[in-house]
Amino acid sequence: MAIDREQLLKVAHLARLELREDEVERLGGQLNDILEAVSKVSELDLSDVPPTAHPLDVVNVWGEDEPRPCLPVDEALANAPEREGNFFKVPPGGAA
Amino acid sequence: MIDTLRLTAEAAKGLLDSREISGAELFAAYRAAIDDRDDELHCYLHLCDDPGGDGLPIALKDVIGTKGIPTTAGSKILEGYIPVYDSTVVERLKMHGLRILGKTNTDEFAMGSSTENSAYGPSHNPWDPSRVPGGSGGGSAAAVSAGLAPWALGSDTGGSIKQPSALCGNVGLRPTYGTVSRYGIVAFASSLDQVGPVARTVRDCAYLYSIIAGRDERDTTTVELPHPVELPQAAELRGLRVGVPKELNEAEGIEPGVSAAVRAAIAKLEELGAEVGECSLPLSVEHGMACYYLITPAEASSNLARYDGVRYGFRADADERLEMYERTRDEGFGDEPKRRIMVGTYALSAGYYDAYYGQAQKVRTVIKREHDALFETFDVLVSPTSPTVAFPLGARTADPIAMYLSDLLTIPSCMAGLPGLNVPCGLSEGLPVGLQLIGPQFSENTLFRIGHALELAVGFDPVPERLR
Repeated sequence: MAIDREQLLKVAHLARLELREDEVERLGGQLNDILEAVSKVSELDLSDVPPTAHPLDVVNVWGEDEPRPCLPVDEALANAPEREGNFFKVPPGGAA
Repeated sequence: MIDTLRLTAEAAKGLLDSREISGAELFAAYRAAIDDRDDELHCYLHLCDDPGGDGLPIALKDVIGTKGIPTTAGSKILEGYIPVYDSTVVERLKMHGLRILGKTNTDEFAMGSSTENSAYGPSHNPWDPSRVPGGSGGGSAAAVSAGLAPWALGSDTGGSIKQPSALCGNVGLRPTYGTVSRYGIVAFASSLDQVGPVARTVRDCAYLYSIIAGRDERDTTTVELPHPVELPQAAELRGLRVGVPKELNEAEGIEPGVSAAVRAAIAKLEELGAEVGECSLPLSVEHGMACYYLITPAEASSNLARYDGVRYGFRADADERLEMYERTRDEGFGDEPKRRIMVGTYALSAGYYDAYYGQAQKVRTVIKREHDALFETFDVLVSPTSPTVAFPLGARTADPIAMYLSDLLTIPSCMAGLPGLNVPCGLSEGLPVGLQLIGPQFSENTLFRIGHALELAVGFDPVPERLR
C-alpha cells in the first residue's frame, strides 16, 4: 500500500511535523519502503488469535488515592523554554 | 597504576574494600582513560565530576534521567534539558554508592543499531574505529570495552543492549520485561523498553542487575523478582537443555564467521554437560521484523508526542502556537524519529488500525506462543546475537531497512518479553562475535549460569586487540 504526497502531508500534520520539501521527498520514498516491508503482517490469517498488548500477565495495579509530595513549582518550570509567573508561556493560538 | 582495560567491577570492588586504592583514585583512573581515548571513540556525551565516596564508577546511557545532569537521548530536541529528578535506577545505583562517570551516546531516542542516528555524532568501535559500536546503546558498550567505564547501563527495545555488546565484545543483559523500573527513562516503545546492565564479565552483569531489579511503585508495569539474583559460580552445565532454533541460526545474512564462532561455542556448551537439540521458531523470525516495526513506531509516535517545545527542551521560533509545535518537532527530531513517528501515526490512524497495529499485536501473540512452546522442552535457546560483526560507519545509513535487519535475531524474543544475555564467543575477521542466550521470563539466573560457564570455557579476551 503506497502513500501519496497528500496522505504524507496529512499524516505529518496529525503528528505535528512541519516537513520541509526535501524531507517530503526523502522520507516519502523511505516510508513507502517501510510500509511495504511491514505489510507482511497481513500474510497470516489470525482471526482467532487474541492481541498481545503487554508481555506479562499482570492486570490492574491499583494504588491508594492519597496526596503525596509533588515537584515544587520552580522545579517543574526549571526547564521551560519560556515562563511567565507560574505558567509555561507559549505563543498565541493560531488555527488548529 | 590502575589498568582500566583489564579491571572488572568485581576486582575494582575488591581493591576498594581492601583499601588498596581509594574511590578518588579509581574515578580518576577512568577519567584519565576517557581523556586518552574518548576523543577517538566518542562514547560520552557528558562527563561528570567525581561526587566523592568510595563506590564504583558507572556510565549511563543518555536515555536514563539523572537529576542535575543533562539527559538528551541523543536528540537535539532535548538539548539543554536537565532533569529535576533521578530515575529509579539511578536512585538505586546511588543507594549502593555508585558514582556516575558520565552519560553515553545513543541513537536518537534509542532508535537505531549503530549510534549513527545520534544528533551528536556517532561513537566508534574500540576494536576498529572505522566501524560502528552497534546501537542504540553503542556508547555504553564501547565505553566498557575500551576501559572507559567498569560497567554501564543501557536500554533495550529490540536489541539495543545485546547487539552493541555483541559488536564490542562485552556482556549485556536485556532483562525480563517488568523487572527493572522505567521511571525517569526517556520512553521509546513502552511495551518493550527495558533497562539493563552492560559489563565485562557475566558476574559483573549479574551483580549490576541485582542492584537495579525489583518492583517500583512508580512504574506499575514492574513486578517483584520471583527469586533473588544469584552470582554464577559453577562451570558445568549438566542437566541443562539447550535449544538451537534453526531460523535464528540459519537466517539469511548471517556471516559465515559469525556462524562458525557460535557453533564452536554451542559445542563447548555440550562439552560442559548441556544437552543440545535443534528446534524451530517458524513464524517468529519470519514475521518478527514486520511486527516490531509496526508496534514500536506506533508506541513511539505516542510517546514522542510530548516533545512540543512547551515544557522542556528545544523550542523553535514561531509567532503562533501550532506553528511552534510543528517547527520545533521538525527542527528538533532527526530523520529516524520522524520516520517512526510517521509510520506509527499512519499505522494507528482511522481505517488502518486493524490492518496494521491490530494485526501486529496478534502476530505478537503468535511469537510469544512459539517461544513458550519451546520452553517446555528447553531451558534456554541460543543463536548469534547479530547476523554480522561490526559494520563500517556509513554502510547502512542510506537504507533504513538494511539498518533494521541488524536486529533480526534479537527482536523476536524482545517481542515475547523474554530475557536475553549476550556473551562474547570469539572473533571473526578480528572483530567480536556475540552469542545470545534466551530464556523464559524470570530465568536470568539460568542465563547467568550458562553465560558464566561459557565465558570461562571460551576464554575470550574482552580487551580490543589494538589496545592491548
